[in-house]
Amino acid sequence: MTQKLKVAVIGSGNTGIDLLMKLQGSEWLEPIWMVGLDPDSEGLVRARDMGLKTSTEGVDALLAHVRNDDIRIAFDATSAYALAASARELNALGVLMIDLMPAATGSYCIPAVNMRAHTGKLEMNVNMVTCAGQASIPMVAAISQVQHVTYAETVATVSSKSIGSGTRKSIDEFIRATANAIEQVGGADKGKAMIIANPAEPPLLMRDTIHCLVEGTPDEEAIRASVAAMVQQVQDYVPGYRLVNGLVFTGNRVSIYVEIEGLGDDLPQYAGNIDIMTSSALRTAETFAIEVSSQAITLPERTA
Amino acid sequence: MSLENRKITLHEMSLRDGMHPMRHQISKDQMVAIAKAADQGGLPWIEVTHGDGLGGGSVTYGFGAETDASYIAAVRDAVSQIRISALLIPGIGTLDNLKEAIEAGISGVRVATHCTGADTSEQHIGAAREAGLDTVGFLMMSHRADPETLAAEALKMESYGAGCVYCTDSAGYMLPADVTARIGALRQALRPETELGFHGHNNMGMGIANSVAAVEAGANRIDGAFAGLGAGAGNAATEVLAAVFERMGADTGTDLFTLMDAAEELVLPMMQRPIRVDRSSLILGYAGVYSSFLLFAERAAQRYGVPARDILLELGRRGMVGGQEDMIEDLALTMAAASGATHKEKIA
Repeated sequence: MTQKLKVAVIGSGNTGIDLLMKLQGSEWLEPIWMVGLDPDSEGLVRARDMGLKTSTEGVDALLAHVRNDDIRIAFDATSAYALAASARELNALGVLMIDLMPAATGSYCIPAVNMRAHTGKLEMNVNMVTCAGQASIPMVAAISQVQHVTYAETVATVSSKSIGSGTRKSIDEFIRATANAIEQVGGADKGKAMIIANPAEPPLLMRDTIHCLVEGTPDEEAIRASVAAMVQQVQDYVPGYRLVNGLVFTGNRVSIYVEIEGLGDDLPQYAGNIDIMTSSALRTAETFAIEVSSQAITLPERTA
Repeated sequence: MSLENRKITLHEMSLRDGMHPMRHQISKDQMVAIAKAADQGGLPWIEVTHGDGLGGGSVTYGFGAETDASYIAAVRDAVSQIRISALLIPGIGTLDNLKEAIEAGISGVRVATHCTGADTSEQHIGAAREAGLDTVGFLMMSHRADPETLAAEALKMESYGAGCVYCTDSAGYMLPADVTARIGALRQALRPETELGFHGHNNMGMGIANSVAAVEAGANRIDGAFAGLGAGAGNAATEVLAAVFERMGADTGTDLFTLMDAAEELVLPMMQRPIRVDRSSLILGYAGVYSSFLLFAERAAQRYGVPARDILLELGRRGMVGGQEDMIEDLALTMAAASGATHKEKIA
């Protein structure tokens, strides 16, 4: 067993906490720092209890410790827009940024579809798109691997309780990032995304519906096989990802209805939207660590 | 109760809510003809948008025959006094869509959220206000929030910059006393200069009665649709609202005969199905289900052999909200599988 890669988590809200819990169980990653805003926030209190170093002085505080603490990966789990400059500084110090917020600018990463293209060429900024993107794009890609997809659309429903003020205030960015990534990573000519928050009690599990329009008559057999294989790949890192209904073939349209149940170890099970983001980010970071360990890639120079 | 000296702003919905029963296929020519009649009839506002708002054109909700921007521009070029609004549901439409609608000629926007989701509208209400639009917050499915909760949500929209907040009975569930309580709570909570509006559906036969109750409780903006052309059993009919308010002594600034002729001669002949309280639309109102789910439930019922009534009741039980049309086929598939029903279509 080689040494674990050391990581920092920026943001101490629900997403940051969930990430921290998952990192605790990782064989490849070791959380060292958590950066937040409020020293008494639940996230920072828990991080200190776990023996992490914490700061409320922003990313700048972290920059000073990157070399000494040998930080190699930073997760951005804030809703802030001001991190682009910090990301560049962290990159210059040889830190890979994994962004969990839709407003960011890194290369879109969907582990089941294009992760190895990023880790393989040591992409320093990857963006995990959105929960809707992580849920829908593997399905779009599975179909476009078989047949040309002219249009793909997703409707994600999340429970109101599971989305924080960051998402509520940046709902347009959420839609744009999801639609763009459906095109760039899913392979559809045109992508569209909608998100609905549902306040029902008890809260509903996250749902995601995917409609693809294909060129010509759908090759049902090949599409079913490709989708089934892709569902398994996603389940490998998001165990609560399930096909509920479909595939439904209507003319040139293929419809798929999935559900994402959270692991329920820290956040409630209905928060599958957070689980699929943190699980995807974790899988990406671990793949990077594994490739470093097997010497498939070399850790970047710390140039700054 | 007399409404002597009360001024009421009627807002025509047939070219937006009416898009639902027309499967978003109203032609540009039909829109122009109806908008001209509304203009001549003295209506101050007409909404022109896909039924699910800007950006609503999709596989899930149905694609419009034309884009929102081209409908809006065509109507703008044909009318003189009447002002055009658009509907925008955050999560479906974006500020990019709003910008296109502004360029096409809207003067107002109604930013719609579920009744307990006002905080998703901050970006959009703020931007609309900044653009100088008449900016309205539109609290859908208002029956799902008690009056105090609804007032708290309305306060958020007011704080983001909405000059008017609507109590929207998307399911046609409310009875007049429900409307009185909610509009009363909004009137108490919001600033006196913030206007209040009511948008009714006729699923329980209460469209007109609820609109009257809203005005009596302090609302001054009321939505109607010619001949009731709207989702479910339709909206309160504009021409009936005009007649009722006139008899009650209120001033709507409209010409009743022009409005009733438009309803009879332009809108009624266009309808693809009678807009009335039938057993499906009554179930919407009775169970508190979003009105535009109606046609989707009927289609799923036909395809999967599950009664539309059962689908709609279950959607209500599960607390589905506006925009979750995708869950109708999903639920029908689940129900069909559970009942072992044989259906015509192949499913996995």
